[in-house]
Amino acid sequence: MNTMKRRTFLKGTVAGSVIAVAVGSGLLRPTQALAAAWPKSAFKSKTVADTMKNLFGSSSAKASNAIKIKAPIQAENGAVVPISVSTTLPNVQAIGVLVEKNPFPLACSLNATGASGFFSARIKMGKTSPIHCVVKAGGKLHVAKKTIKVTVGGCGG
Amino acid sequence: MARLTKIKTRPKGAETEILVLVNHPMETGQRVNKKTKKKIPAHYIQKMTFTVGGKQVADANLGPAVSKNPLVGIRVKGAKKGAKVKVAWSDNKGESGSAETTVK
Repeated sequence: MNTMKRRTFLKGTVAGSVIAVAVGSGLLRPTQALAAAWPKSAFKSKTVADTMKNLFGSSSAKASNAIKIKAPIQAENGAVVPISVSTTLPNVQAIGVLVEKNPFPLACSLNATGASGFFSARIKMGKTSPIHCVVKAGGKLHVAKKTIKVTVGGCGG
Repeated sequence: MARLTKIKTRPKGAETEILVLVNHPMETGQRVNKKTKKKIPAHYIQKMTFTVGGKQVADANLGPAVSKNPLVGIRVKGAKKGAKVKVAWSDNKGESGSAETTVK
């Protein structure tokens, strides 16, 4: 009898938490609907050119001096490489960070609808590689590159 | 289990920087458990949405190549003091979280 009560009690709490989750996701839905879908094809691309085609629709970008990459020249730990991209280009629409020699180059990207040209994150790097920071501004693609040396890789265990 | 999500703002000249830190493993799906020789399933944040004063300013797409416990920063122009800043994230396993603060 006692165990039965416990069963029903557990069932009750599970159902309650399910409802709570449903309500939570319901509340979150408006913001998620506004955001574009996660670009799966771009994240699964294996070359820089393919990634850019899948993410921005074109692989030709102009080298630009207006993009600044702040990152270490040499990263001791490839699992945590702090990078930040800033640009003085007007009308920034998107920023993408690509690591050329990672299994999948695209690390992260930002779609700006009201933010200025700045994006920072900490990324993983498998080995020494150039990183490409692509900025879409005013409908055109601009790119800046920087090579980061990695002494201990951050992919795989 | 709700994951710890932290958000903070700080002025950077004429702009406001929004920093977000999420306690998340960001598992790539490539790592192998040495004892069982099995791959550890991928588990990473995919979307992060930033809103200032109820208006969406940016959304970030994160991949497995973002470090664990990701720290992501963006900057916005003309954010008013006291305006509400919110971030919401979701990962590939359907987990989500959010945090909010006000512009300092």
